[in-house]
Amino acid sequence: MTNLTELGVAAIRDGVAAGDFTAVEVAEAFNANVAAASALNAFIVATPEAAVDAAKAVDAKRAAGQPLGKMGGVPIGMKDLFATTGVQTTAASHMLEGFKPQYESTVSQKLWDAGAGMLGKLNLDQFAMGSSNETSFFGNVISPWRRKDGGNAALAPGGSSGGSSAAISARLCPAATGTDTGGSIRQPAAFTGITGIKPTYGRCSRWGVVAFASSLDQAGPMARDTRDCAIMLEAMAGFDPKDSTSLDMPVPEWEAGLNPDMKGKKIGIPREYRMDGMDEDVAKSWDDGIAWMKAAGAEIVDISLPHTKYALPAYYIIAPAEASSNLARYDGVRYGLRDLPEGAGLQDMYAATRAEGFGAEVKRRIMIGTYVLSAGFYDAYYNQAQKIRTLIAQDFAKAFEQCDVILAPTCPTAAFALGEKMSDPLAMYLNDVFAVPASLAGLPAMSVPAGVNREGLPLGLQIIGKAFDEQGVLNAGLAIENAAGFTATPEKWW
Amino acid sequence: MSVDKATVEKIASLARIALRDGEAEALVPELNQILGWVEQLGEVDVTGVEPMTAVIPNTLRLRDDVVDADPLTGGGKRDEVLANAPAAEHGFFGVPKVIE
Repeated sequence: MTNLTELGVAAIRDGVAAGDFTAVEVAEAFNANVAAASALNAFIVATPEAAVDAAKAVDAKRAAGQPLGKMGGVPIGMKDLFATTGVQTTAASHMLEGFKPQYESTVSQKLWDAGAGMLGKLNLDQFAMGSSNETSFFGNVISPWRRKDGGNAALAPGGSSGGSSAAISARLCPAATGTDTGGSIRQPAAFTGITGIKPTYGRCSRWGVVAFASSLDQAGPMARDTRDCAIMLEAMAGFDPKDSTSLDMPVPEWEAGLNPDMKGKKIGIPREYRMDGMDEDVAKSWDDGIAWMKAAGAEIVDISLPHTKYALPAYYIIAPAEASSNLARYDGVRYGLRDLPEGAGLQDMYAATRAEGFGAEVKRRIMIGTYVLSAGFYDAYYNQAQKIRTLIAQDFAKAFEQCDVILAPTCPTAAFALGEKMSDPLAMYLNDVFAVPASLAGLPAMSVPAGVNREGLPLGLQIIGKAFDEQGVLNAGLAIENAAGFTATPEKWW
Repeated sequence: MSVDKATVEKIASLARIALRDGEAEALVPELNQILGWVEQLGEVDVTGVEPMTAVIPNTLRLRDDVVDADPLTGGGKRDEVLANAPAAEHGFFGVPKVIE
C-alpha cells in the first residue's frame, strides 16, 4: 500500500477523489506521524480528532457524490498564529497561553471550507518574532535535518514559521500555513528543503491572525512543491471585508495556470544581492538557478536594486514600531495573562503582566518600536524608514520594467545550529537580508529548494514577482523545481 | 543616537513593561547595538520622497453605518468577548481600583 504520509497535497486530493484511499486513512496516517515526532516539538497542540472529523466529512461527501473542495481530504498543520475556534491559540507566547478564540480566522475557515482538516497548531517564534524558532515560550523546534559531518548538532528549522517547516519536511503534514512579515515563510522553507510562497500583500486576509506588523504581515502556504503551494494558496486567498487591507480582486486559478516554460521570460538578477564574502555554496546554487532558467528558455537580465542594503535596517524600525503599537493590546484586561501583584493598581498590573507575558525578543522589539515612535525621534527614525521603504518599492518598480521576475538566494547561508546566533540579535536579523526587501514592497515571493550544500543541508532559491503576479512567481518556481530535481530528505532520527 | 539606563527605563515605562533588577543595564548595549546599526539610514538622501503609507495601492472601504452591519463583528457578542477575560464580572472586564 502507498505510504500515505509520503504524498503531497495534489496526490492526496486526487487519491481521495478517485477512491484510492479514504480521507480518514490519510488523517490517521499523519496523526500517527505527529504523535511519534514529539522530539521535534513542531506542534504546540495536536488535534487528531479534528483531523479525523474533517476527513470523515470529506469521505461522507464523496459517498454522497458531492464536490470535495480544493483541499478535500488534505490534513494540514496550522501555524499557531491563526485564531481557531475553541482551540488554544498562543502565538507561542506565555501571554496567550490558554487563550481559546471564540472565532475562526478567515484563512483557516477558508481552508476548512475547502475540505482541509487540522492536525494541530504549529510552534513558531513568539509573536512571529525570530528567525530560528528559538523565541517560542513552548521551546525550540528542532529541524529534522542534520549536517552530514557525523555530529548531531540540533539545527534551526528557520523562523518564524519553524514548526510549519519542520513538520512538512519530517512528513508530519503535507502542507501548513505560514505567515511572512520579513521572511518568515521563505527562510524556514529554504532551511528545510520545502516550498513556500508569500503572496502579494492583501491576498490573504489578516482577520484572526495575531498581528505583528500589520503593513507587512501576510499569510501563505508552505508545502512540498510548487503545485501544492498553488492549490493551497487558491484555498487561502480571497477578498475579506473584515480586513481593511484585503485585496478586492478575484483569486486566479494558479494551479491550472502552472507553466514551467520560461521562453520569452526575462529573469532579473539583482547585482546588490551578490554580497562580499557570500557563502560559496549559496553563490553556486544561485548560479545553478541562473543556468536552469537559461535552459528553460529565459533571458537573464542584470538589474539593480540600489537601496537593498537599507532594507533590513528600515525593516527593523518599521516592524518593531508597528509591533509596539499592535502588542499594546496585551494588558491583562481583556484576554491572556494577568499578573496582579499584591496591592497593585492598574498601571502596575499592565507593566507586571507585560513583563511576565512577553519573552526577551518581544520585549526588545517593543522597546525599539516605542523608542523610534517616541517624541523627538519619530522623524529621524520612523519617518526616515518609511521614506526608504518608498525608495525600495520604487527600486522594484524600476527593475520590473526590465524583467518579469527576480531570482536570488532565499538566505545567506544554510540552516545554522540552535544557539549559534541567539546571543547576537543583529546576526540573527541578518538572516533575512534577502527576504525583507520584497516584504517591504508587498511583493509576492517564494522559496524553492535548489539543492544541498557541502554539509548536506538544503538551500533555497527565491523568486520575487510583480504585485499580483503570483502566477509568474509560481511558474518560475516550477521551472527551478523541475530543473533542480530536489529529492533530498532528512534521515529519520526522531 | 544612543540610549542610557535612564532612557531605557523611560522607554520601558512608556511601553508598560516592568523591568527586573539588572534588566535595564542589560538592555542598554543591546538596544544601542541595534540603534547604531539602523543609524546608517541617515545616509540616504530622501529629499522629495514621501513616506510609504500603503504598500499596495488600495482604497479604504466604508461599511454601511448601521448597527450590526456584519453579524460576525457586530454587536450582541458580550459573552464571547468576555470568554477569555482574566476577571470578567457582572458582564464587564474587571480591573483593579483605578481611582483612589
